[in-house]
Amino acid sequence: MEKELLFITVIGEDKKGIVAKISNFLYKKDINIEDINQRIMGDGYFVMTMLVDIKNSTIPMEKITRELEKIGKSLELRVQLQHENIFKMMHRV
Amino acid sequence: MTISVEEVYETASMILYQNLDIRTTTLGINLKDCIDSDFKVFKKNVYDRVYTNAVKLVEQARVLEMKYGIPIANKRISITPVSLIMESHCVQSKFIEMAQTLDRAAADAGIDFIGGFGALVQKGLTKSDRMLIDVLPDVLSKTERVCSFLNVGSNVAGLNLDAVNLLGSMLKQTAEKSNNAIGCAKFVVFVNAPEDNPFMAGAFHGVGEGDITLNIGISGPGVVKAVVDQNRECDLTRLSEIIKRTVFKITRAGELVGRELAAALNIPFGIVDISLASTTAAGDSVANVIEAFGIEKIGAHGSTLAVALLMDAVKKGGAMASGNVGGLSGTFIPVSEDEGMIDAVQKGALGLDKLEALTAVCSVGLDMFAIPGDVPEETINAIIADELAIGIINNKTTAVRVIPVPGKKAGSLVKFGGLLGTAPVMEVNPFSAKNFLKRGGRLPAPVTSMRN
Repeated sequence: MEKELLFITVIGEDKKGIVAKISNFLYKKDINIEDINQRIMGDGYFVMTMLVDIKNSTIPMEKITRELEKIGKSLELRVQLQHENIFKMMHRV
Repeated sequence: MTISVEEVYETASMILYQNLDIRTTTLGINLKDCIDSDFKVFKKNVYDRVYTNAVKLVEQARVLEMKYGIPIANKRISITPVSLIMESHCVQSKFIEMAQTLDRAAADAGIDFIGGFGALVQKGLTKSDRMLIDVLPDVLSKTERVCSFLNVGSNVAGLNLDAVNLLGSMLKQTAEKSNNAIGCAKFVVFVNAPEDNPFMAGAFHGVGEGDITLNIGISGPGVVKAVVDQNRECDLTRLSEIIKRTVFKITRAGELVGRELAAALNIPFGIVDISLASTTAAGDSVANVIEAFGIEKIGAHGSTLAVALLMDAVKKGGAMASGNVGGLSGTFIPVSEDEGMIDAVQKGALGLDKLEALTAVCSVGLDMFAIPGDVPEETINAIIADELAIGIINNKTTAVRVIPVPGKKAGSLVKFGGLLGTAPVMEVNPFSAKNFLKRGGRLPAPVTSMRN
């Protein structure tokens, strides 16, 4: 089965446990992390992106989004889940 | 292919902090084959056609919102111009019943506006066209979601002044009949109206279109303002370049969502309308983009140049991003829906004359502005005719959405609420063009050579 790749974007203030909380959730739902990056942006925001494959996920995308939002709230961070196609379209000619 | 953190962050910021959204997904539906000699059957056919398609649109749009994390602000329907399908049922009460049927179908399906209760009268008026104009005050005040348009001129036909001359009176009646004159906000008069425009109130499904098609309106004044803010010192060439790049990106997002939505609905994808469209949300203002260029308040001298630059850069970026650019594809500067425009009017920076000048370089005309309720109807006709002349002579679409508010004087404020915002009532030139307009007839189609 072909991979179904999505980006998780986490934006906010850097703090302990961000990667742990999110990757633990993903592991439990059989979502594989393909790539992970983080950076402090020029405007001071901490940004982490995770490229994840949800083809074996035990829950549908809608539920993943909701769960991630919950985790985001508990850490006071913005968390977004978006299919990789939108980034390909917007940033590659 | 790897996408960098910066690129992911840029897209996420556009959506989270700069109000990037798919402004509208509009399903254009042909209703010609719904016509039946039995009016009851005809109405049922129309209701079923609109309702079933609208429900699917709402459902699939939700799925894509989730997939791409990008809000789809509005789901709408545009239909075959109603005067056309009502030719053989040309009775006032039936026109109103048809409007109520459309209103009900839209409401039941969860659609906020349905456009196309209008007519193409650039050359002349049929009996049905006249009747449609006659019933508009009732339709616009008694229905909630039905939007209306008239196309009263084109480069090929010229401008039908006889049709324009019917509008001042129609708008004043509509204003009287509806709360806060709100009915007038659902009517647009055009020249060179595009048949695939997805934006309300002027959307309709043109006679040159197929059975069904999906059109997308993408927007993001907030996104453009953010990049302009980051480039405060650069020259105009560079400014144009950075706007082009940004519009390219947001148009691509629109193209992606449009294509996937059309595929999910199993219908042809129509166009992406790249117009920058303001909303009442803070920071989602075209006027604020112009002000970020270095103009103190929109309306100041220099604003026309600024709007021209913005307009041209938006078109170039959008045209590179999609082979399906269509609709209006300009920059809207509606007064009541843009906090920067409202502020400029209230501070005396922007008047009706400068607003008209700005529309000469940007789509789509004089939009969502209020005038005192006691402005004579022939002056309303003259405001419309002036704006439309700009479109005819300059080979572009122009339009007017004017709201004469009963009992209000220049300087007062009218709150429409929701998407339609708040309109400061603008001052109108007190001198009259009555004797000129009463000549009637048609402004001949312009020459297309000798263009200086």
